[in-house]
Amino acid sequence: MRCEQVVDDLADLAAGHTEVVAPDHVAHVEHCLRCQAEMVQYRKLLRALRTLRTEVLEPSPGLLADVLAGIEEEAERHAIAGLLRGRRVAYLGGLAAATAAAGGAIVLANHARRRVKLAG
Amino acid sequence: MPEDVSDLVAAAKDGDRSAFDELVRRTYAETYTLAYRMTGNDDDARDVTQEAYLRAFRGLKRFRGDARFTTWMYRITANCAATHMGKRRKHRHEELDESVPLADEHPASSPELRMEVTDLRARLVEAVEQLPPKLRSVVVLRDVYDLPHEAIAAELGISESAAKVRLHRARRRLREDLYPLPSEESARAV
Ligand SMILES: [Zn+2]
Repeated sequence: MRCEQVVDDLADLAAGHTEVVAPDHVAHVEHCLRCQAEMVQYRKLLRALRTLRTEVLEPSPGLLADVLAGIEEEAERHAIAGLLRGRRVAYLGGLAAATAAAGGAIVLANHARRRVKLAG
Repeated sequence: MPEDVSDLVAAAKDGDRSAFDELVRRTYAETYTLAYRMTGNDDDARDVTQEAYLRAFRGLKRFRGDARFTTWMYRITANCAATHMGKRRKHRHEELDESVPLADEHPASSPELRMEVTDLRARLVEAVEQLPPKLRSVVVLRDVYDLPHEAIAAELGISESAAKVRLHRARRRLREDLYPLPSEESARAV
């Protein structure tokens, strides 16, 4: 096996993720000083990258205010949409009730008509 | 106002606006930092941060408490940054090719300037910033923020194998740039 074939595995090995690397690749690195030297360099790189996680950048001024204003606007829009939806639900509810009432009236009318027929 | 982030999240989910604002206050610098690491500039990082919190606000009901709020925000931020950069690219009508060796255009790569930028941390930050955006996003999310491959692939809208290929390329460039092997250094000196 050539070093080129395992080059993409060296960082995973340096991170301790042996399980994601093919066993024959691991075996090569175990016996190859060149790959081991490169693995050491990857280890330094990964450690350095990890330290960036603790670094928090100072955002330029006004960002917090802008974010909060954006949320405020979104909340307002949401509330208004909710109100309109509420109205629409009420309107549809009213329509349903009216239809049911009308249906009931028709039934009653039929009853009445039948009764009229029966009576007649 | 609850002290704990998880209590703030619960209150915000119940519709407490001030709790959500407090979550923003506590996490926005971190969110901005990730957005900056991914986009490489302040303007885009600000846009991405704003968009990320809007999406978080809209989607808070869907946030299940099993992940940490910050991790959830990282994923949203990653997704917003990918979308944002995609739009930008389209807008500029240019396709950023991953294989273009940008490192060579980088001023710090010239020997004189390299001497000036002695601080390793500064060199690391510069090297990451100089990566093409597609490579930078993946290495930042994986090796700085420790997101799993599947999360990275999902948020960037790429396959897991594509994410891995990009990660390998990014790591290799950074390693060659910052931690060259003796053989690479002698090749560079020639
Ligand atoms: Zn080897």
